Amino acid sequence: MPFNRAEHSPLPRFNDDLALGRAMLAQIKEELAAWQRAHGRKLTLMEVCGTHTVALSRSGIRDALRSWVDFRSGPGCPVCVTDQADIDAMLELATLPGLTVTTFGDMVRVPGSRGDLAHAKAAGADVRIVYSPLEAVNFAKTEPQRQIVFMGIGFETTVPTIAAALRSAIEEGLENFSVYSVHKLTAPVIRQLLQDPELKLDGLILPGHVAAITGRRYFGFVASDFSLPSAVTGFAELDLLSGIRDLLTQYHDASARVSNCYPRIVREEGNRKAWELVDRYFRQGDVRWRGLGPLPGSGLVLRPEYRQFDARQRFPLNLPPSHLPAGCLCGEVLKGKALPFNCRHFAKSCTPVHPVGPCMVSGEGTCATYYKYERREG
Amino acid sequence: MCLAVPAKVVRILNDFTVEVETFGNRARVNTSLIDQVKLDDYVLVHAGFAIEIVDQDSAQESLALWREIYAVQSS
Ligand code: SF4
Repeated sequence: MPFNRAEHSPLPRFNDDLALGRAMLAQIKEELAAWQRAHGRKLTLMEVCGTHTVALSRSGIRDALRSWVDFRSGPGCPVCVTDQADIDAMLELATLPGLTVTTFGDMVRVPGSRGDLAHAKAAGADVRIVYSPLEAVNFAKTEPQRQIVFMGIGFETTVPTIAAALRSAIEEGLENFSVYSVHKLTAPVIRQLLQDPELKLDGLILPGHVAAITGRRYFGFVASDFSLPSAVTGFAELDLLSGIRDLLTQYHDASARVSNCYPRIVREEGNRKAWELVDRYFRQGDVRWRGLGPLPGSGLVLRPEYRQFDARQRFPLNLPPSHLPAGCLCGEVLKGKALPFNCRHFAKSCTPVHPVGPCMVSGEGTCATYYKYERREG
Repeated sequence: MCLAVPAKVVRILNDFTVEVETFGNRARVNTSLIDQVKLDDYVLVHAGFAIEIVDQDSAQESLALWREIYAVQSS
């Protein structure tokens, strides 16, 4: 029989080695129980990344450890943390004649102060969902008579793909492509949360795919400035368990470091090539986050020399003040201070079909994840 | 949003484009953000771009180490 590399690849094993997963889980439970006996309370961990929020629920690990660990979601869902004024600006742009708004899928259903992009589309606006920002560049190429605006949403993982799209638009000499940048950086927001005296965390599960780009050392401040144990992990069951296990080792040793539990992807210095491209077009700026307000240096804005590709410059808007959905606790949920269950709308007036806030829209929003996986009868 | 999947390089199309396979699906992926890839490499794919090459040796090392720690036979 021919040797089939795909079947013999080590990668699938990260998802389907049940025996190993069970053995790891059993030991983690024992150690967590010991930690609880010593401290008289549950361990509180924050998973910063929305993809981890989903992975912890879907894998059943959140549920398996619920007697010992209080998992808190962090600000790691880009759709959820987008400020209401930016959502409103996108809606307004979509109404301009001859303009096409392109964005990743989740964005179109986020309720702004005055409707959402999906309704704007139904009413005749040209709103297109893309999987890759390169598709938006392609629209600009094939439809020179239209202005194509890409809603640049995402963290360090995603910005290089948008920088590469921008490079390609510039190389093609496209004058009808621009980016409305709402890109955000994870380090400044984590730093902000760790300074909050109300939030008492015992450790952080750090975003593996952000670290793929930034490198492990980008998160060094968590240990050096806050002495908080943390682990960069991947998203398969064994990755999550190895991250939790590493945190337990840090408690055991009374140490605090930023462990790399995703070494098959994450390098110390990250993907320098990708980050240099980001740096060519973007600089750090003060941007507003839902629930957190303006945070210094927490976003990426286009450099002044590329202002003709900046949709904010090209299409200045004068919008009335935005307002948030009444009673929506998203802002508190993504600071780890509230759980979806604490919101009076959750699973009543707010569901994935009729979302009140963005945390119920995005596939990796905390409310949508809890709606899908964490509701229990009775 | 930061969801990214490992996929195997099955065809090199040009300097900046490869065809990858993941869960039986084939797709074209832009490789301008990473170093040169070879056939049979695994890459991490996000928004139409390969954003990192998977270090398969490291993947194997982690698994071997864990199996040893937990005394689990290779499945
Ligand atoms: S359940 Fe809905 S209304 Fe409540 S916090 Fe979540 S998104 Fe907002």
